[in-house]
Amino acid sequence: MTERLRQLLDIESLTAEQITFLLDQAKPFQEIQRHPLKKLATLRGKTVALAFFEPSTRTRISFATAAARLGADVMNFQAENSSLKKGESLLDTARTLDAMKPDCIVMRHSSSGAPYFVSRHLEIPVISAGDGTHEHPTQALLDALTIRDRRGTLQGLRVAIIGDILHSRVARSNLHLLGKLGSSITLCGPAMWLPRELECLGAPVRRTSRIEEALEGADVVIVLRVQQERMNEAALPLDEYVLLYQLTPERLRYAQPDALMLHPGPMIRGLEIDPAVADGPQSCVLEQVTNGLAVRMALLFLLIGAGSEMEETKGTPHVAD
Amino acid sequence: MLLIKNGRVIDPASGTDARMDVWLDGQGIARIAPPGGPQDREKEESRRDAGAATLDAAGLIVAPGFIDLHCHLREPGGENSETIETGTRAAARGGFTAVCCMPNTRPVNDNASVTRGILERAAVAGSTRVWPIGAASAGSRGETLAEIAAMQKAGIVAVSDDGRPIATAKLLREVMEYCRSLDLPVIDHCEDPSLFAGASMREGRQSTRLGIMGMPAATESIAVCRDLQVAELTGCRFHVAHLSARGSLEQVRAAKQRGLRVSCEVTPHHFTLCDEDVGYDTHFKMNPPLAAAEDRAALLEGLADGTVDAIATDHAPHEPASKQVEFDHAPFGVTGLETALGLALELVHSGRISLPRMVELFTSGPARVLGRNRRIAAGEPADLTIFSADTSWTFHAQDSASKSRNSPFDGRQLSGAPMATIVDGRVVYLREESRLSQNNAGAAPH
Repeated sequence: MTERLRQLLDIESLTAEQITFLLDQAKPFQEIQRHPLKKLATLRGKTVALAFFEPSTRTRISFATAAARLGADVMNFQAENSSLKKGESLLDTARTLDAMKPDCIVMRHSSSGAPYFVSRHLEIPVISAGDGTHEHPTQALLDALTIRDRRGTLQGLRVAIIGDILHSRVARSNLHLLGKLGSSITLCGPAMWLPRELECLGAPVRRTSRIEEALEGADVVIVLRVQQERMNEAALPLDEYVLLYQLTPERLRYAQPDALMLHPGPMIRGLEIDPAVADGPQSCVLEQVTNGLAVRMALLFLLIGAGSEMEETKGTPHVAD
Repeated sequence: MLLIKNGRVIDPASGTDARMDVWLDGQGIARIAPPGGPQDREKEESRRDAGAATLDAAGLIVAPGFIDLHCHLREPGGENSETIETGTRAAARGGFTAVCCMPNTRPVNDNASVTRGILERAAVAGSTRVWPIGAASAGSRGETLAEIAAMQKAGIVAVSDDGRPIATAKLLREVMEYCRSLDLPVIDHCEDPSLFAGASMREGRQSTRLGIMGMPAATESIAVCRDLQVAELTGCRFHVAHLSARGSLEQVRAAKQRGLRVSCEVTPHHFTLCDEDVGYDTHFKMNPPLAAAEDRAALLEGLADGTVDAIATDHAPHEPASKQVEFDHAPFGVTGLETALGLALELVHSGRISLPRMVELFTSGPARVLGRNRRIAAGEPADLTIFSADTSWTFHAQDSASKSRNSPFDGRQLSGAPMATIVDGRVVYLREESRLSQNNAGAAPH
């Protein structure tokens, strides 16, 4: 029996069964993206609050589109033009949004753990759209969906994650998810961005600061975005990063010939990735974006739609009218 | 006139651990003697006839008054979080008879008028003695020396720029040279600011898991190393505040073996918790942060083998709203005055340290750091802490005498509690359900 999901703050606390269930639930929503008429009425009358306390374009649009395609209304809150600038606390902001009676709140915040803090004070489901350097659970889900579509399973796959692991919420969520579903992981990046302690986050993890070693025999390569805003403070010149860690066609040849290349976006061509790889046949980047919609639709459906009343794994989305 | 009879008197300074009666005479200790002599019984009766009070401490421990070397009373300037009145009331409830308050108030206690203001307020509103610690540098800005000698005349017992380390080795040297000539101890909050910057907890498995930026143990031990070198250079008495890391402790142990006049304190939260206990609850955020389990093990060794001189609370109250924020935005600090004894007794109950050693860590240990005595003997001030080593109770932050609630120990069951706190012969705290019977109103709780 899969324990029903009430909110999504992280991947760490999910079981393999819950993750598989979520990925299965995303299947019909993948179909919908290919349909000429994409709008459902499943969440008609429901409201999804998007509370983005940190600038984000892609994830915010993805959640907004997912909600819209399910027929839900969207409340859009962005910190840049909000009362936060006037000194309002996160708790007051969250309570204010809650008082407008949304059915769930999707939040992105620059502080690790902020969604936990908000969820302790609100009754409605909280979905993390990324918190600080902690987790980005829906990114890991859409990555997993993409890989599973291509490979049929995550079990036994060798996955290399390249980049600034220390500051990456994408890496943490992927570590938890891939580990739970049986992949083995190699982390690779400049030594000061490779924390020693990541081995203990569940999955069997190898660390290396040599990219060729990380790519050797890999089935999947996840390239992380280089956070240039952090680059300045970390005293590592960009050219050094390009020299040692840019994913080039030559380096990609160390991986399996049909290895998949994923990137959470936004990509910076010529920095962490060579344009030839970004546009190459192994790139899954645009599929990831489409799958992001499917995963987020499935999640909203499960948390606040008919799915939230489903006892078990038998429900499928109700395509109305 | 107060008689405390039938208690187990533990006085580490004299090595006493025996059932004794303690007679107080006004503000001083008049005499201590084994209970029950016929002569004493007669005396007691005549005293009772004369209307004097008696506390029956049977089954309880009578100790010299506890001293907290490190707390923040927040007054002046931070009265939303704590005042001298509420902070010392919490101290009295925790069994403390004297508290040393850090100078990071607003304004900073860096001159004699602020020192006098604190002491005047304490004289009016304080439950316990208040021993101010003066700033080492003007405004604790780390640039020029504070008015240390003037503050000493006004009543400070040590200097520190607590909250931040003394900024540079050069300034530290000057402070230490000067304080050696004044015979004042220098207390440092040992921390390398560049390793500390941006961090909210100890770096390790848990910080990596939570995605919270961490600082390594070296953040503290690097600074301890610098300070010990300067202490050796100057010969000044030097005290490490809230020591938390194995590397720091080992340096202090070695320095003591070399004969340096060095001491250190450890807080109850550091010897009770470790970084694995940190989630996103801001009541577990303090500086130095909760350390690794192996550091905690080292602190326990240090508490047992004598390397650690004192248990100090680093009571750092913050008003609730300031802690109800994102973890990395929350201020550092937890309250600790009312839970210190209960947590220290956990070490006794688990066999880590003996009861007399625990008493030493609260009494003669911290007194020695300040160059003072703390003992139960005729002619000494009547500052006494009477506690039970086994009364079971649950700490509820909501019921605290402090103005603030930021304790990581809310809801913790503790074994052992202060029953009465006596300062200058006055009972300033008496636990309600106390087994102590007090048959005279002359010494009513403050």
